[in-house]
Amino acid sequence: MIGQPHNWAMTLQEAAGPIKESIHDFNQIVLWIIVITTIVVGLLMAYAIWRFRASANPVPSRTSHHTLLEVAWTVVPVLILIGIAVPSFRLIYYQDRARDAELTVNVTGRQWYWHYGYPDQGNFAFDSYPIQEADLKPELGHLRNLSVDEPMMIPVGKDIRIITTGQDVIHSFFVPSLGVQKYTIPGRTMETWLRADRVGTFYGQCNQICGTNHWFMPIVVKAVPQAEFEAWVASARQRFARADGSPAQVAASPVAPQDPEAGTQLAQLRR
Amino acid sequence: MATASNTHDDHGHGHHDHTPGFVARWFFSTNHKDIGILYIIFALLAAFVGVGLSLLMRIELQSPGMQIFADGQAWNVAVTAHGVVMVFYVIMPALIGGFGNYFVPIMIGAPDMAFPRLNNISFWLLVPALMLAVGSLFVGGAGTGWTLYPPLSNSTYQSGMGLDMALFSLHLAGASSILGAANFITTIFNMRAPGMTLHKMPLFVWGMLVTAFLLLLSVPVLGGAITMLITDRNFGTAFFDPAGGGDPVLFQHLFWFFGHPEVYIMILPGFGIISHVLSTFSRKPIFGYLGMAYAMVAIGVVGFVVWAHHMFTSGISVDTRAYFMAATMIIAVPTGIKIFSWIATIWGGSITFKTPMLFALGFIFLFTMGGVTGVKLANASIDVVLHNTYYVVAHFHYVLSLGAVFSIYAGFYYWIGKMSGKQYPERWGQIHFWMTFIGVNLTFFPMHFLGAQGMPRRYPDYPDAFAGWNLVASLGAYVSVASFLVFIYVCFRTLMGSEKAAGNPWGEGATTLEWQVSSPPPFHTFDELPRIR
Repeated sequence: MIGQPHNWAMTLQEAAGPIKESIHDFNQIVLWIIVITTIVVGLLMAYAIWRFRASANPVPSRTSHHTLLEVAWTVVPVLILIGIAVPSFRLIYYQDRARDAELTVNVTGRQWYWHYGYPDQGNFAFDSYPIQEADLKPELGHLRNLSVDEPMMIPVGKDIRIITTGQDVIHSFFVPSLGVQKYTIPGRTMETWLRADRVGTFYGQCNQICGTNHWFMPIVVKAVPQAEFEAWVASARQRFARADGSPAQVAASPVAPQDPEAGTQLAQLRR
Repeated sequence: MATASNTHDDHGHGHHDHTPGFVARWFFSTNHKDIGILYIIFALLAAFVGVGLSLLMRIELQSPGMQIFADGQAWNVAVTAHGVVMVFYVIMPALIGGFGNYFVPIMIGAPDMAFPRLNNISFWLLVPALMLAVGSLFVGGAGTGWTLYPPLSNSTYQSGMGLDMALFSLHLAGASSILGAANFITTIFNMRAPGMTLHKMPLFVWGMLVTAFLLLLSVPVLGGAITMLITDRNFGTAFFDPAGGGDPVLFQHLFWFFGHPEVYIMILPGFGIISHVLSTFSRKPIFGYLGMAYAMVAIGVVGFVVWAHHMFTSGISVDTRAYFMAATMIIAVPTGIKIFSWIATIWGGSITFKTPMLFALGFIFLFTMGGVTGVKLANASIDVVLHNTYYVVAHFHYVLSLGAVFSIYAGFYYWIGKMSGKQYPERWGQIHFWMTFIGVNLTFFPMHFLGAQGMPRRYPDYPDAFAGWNLVASLGAYVSVASFLVFIYVCFRTLMGSEKAAGNPWGEGATTLEWQVSSPPPFHTFDELPRIR
């Protein structure tokens, strides 16, 4: 599955995991409520406009109070809102954090690329740069302004703890099809979680204004089967530096160096 | 007592309708009506900047790729300037300074505002404020969005004078608002005509009273926040810098403690205008007057305790999110009371569809749409996928660009005859309404779809999959801009035209005090204080 926006689409991006699925279910309820409310208001107005136009109703009534009505349109919205709030409360607590996460990914937003760290897999970390328009390869399915050189890899079907931290300015880690969004704020460490129940590539974009290239720091999360994930971890530990070792490569070039030699150590740090 | 101070302001000319010369009248003005007109002219001029910027932005977004902006920073500067100009220099001056100044004293039967010179300086503070805001565009600008979040707004990431100028611009506008608010509160509490109890006050005055309190209590918080930002930028403090023990999230709390009441500041005077227009053109009293007045008070009060719903993804704890979600949804209740009471006001009436009425009816429906999407966004659970997307852009433009702006237009057509003594051309008014109605809906409705699909705000270029609805929105924006030009033509035709407005052109439905005096009202409005039964 590919989690991406579609031209002319009108609804939420399709769900790839349990959080987004529950958002969909709940969103459906709220959407119906607000559509019906709007239609009711529209119909009442349309009727009043037609029925009480001056030519049809030359003598206006002088009614200006109706206690029962006024109580009704206070109480009914309260009841509807309570009806919305109860499942919404349940959902925000579910979304808040994973109880027993399989692994943790540290996410740092930087001007203008993402930095992912895998503390449980050997504490390697790497940068994820957007692919410039000139370097796009349609045969690889690259999407303009969405594809990156090194996606964030996760095993499918596993709860992933996401820890966001900031370094320069505030960014927002936002992947619509996984139903996850969290700011990355300097001086703060924040937690959320995600799970992809389907193998696939899920696109997102930085969602908090962060300077001149705010529009060009996409996020790609790739969910793969466990075995494939482990193979990737093994190669990643070769290729990428340890998070606590050499400082991150803040290369001027928007394309990340993919030199396998860049990874210098192999020390394993399992917690 | 108020009459006495008034004579003094008029250089001792007394009670006759004897106006000062041009310079004294318009540059040293202490007359609430003249200052109100200055505010409206000011808002109209600023609107050219705000509308012009939105036109540039929609041209850029019409198709994928970078078209006319040099880079993202130039784009961010335009986004920021559009927001700041529209909020502080178009909507607030038009509704509060313009209609508020002109009609609050008349509607409560007062000869003028309580502090006429304070009123004058409130206006004239805005002029350098706008000059700073527009001037900042030419020295690098402020590429932070109107929310100004640090660290992006720190000197490291926004070097140069542009942002400092924008901050000082906000300071001046804020000082203007605070002084104006004090003036309105004093006027409304102390200068009502005999018999004009609070519970007989027109709803526009109620709206202005609540607005004035919101301004008085929220703008100083913005002032504090941007002062800290200015010292962070220029004097090495670290209020919002974690490296120095500060906290970027503190700024967000302070900003939204101001920013959320601010959105009610922009809409509450409009609520009042809409009530009067509906009542006038339905020839029926306002339905549920007390409920309407106290709904505005409730919105004002609750509006102060919901600010962090702008920060659901800023790392506030889940219990805090739960509270702010619940508090926010409560606002839907008084807002619902207003919507239904407006419908009940026209229900059973004898409705004529003059331009102000069209804008008022359009307001109800579109404000409802903006309101219900607000209920959806209030749910922190859904907000996770809608925060900062075009869904939010659609939502707040439905309540502002279609809500507040429609109420400004409704007020303009309702009162322009009163203010200028000339009646607007009805046919052109109607053309203006329909063009605006179609244009803004075409612009902003597709943005719901873009937002649902996850298109982030403040993007000059976007993935190709967002191209379709962006094209529609841009076409809608061109219609909207054309409708603004039609509005300028309407203004021109009205003022150049020869159709005199009667004291009360709207008939028996228009019951507030401004319709008891001539159009335009005499320089001092009332020869003797009116008595309200």
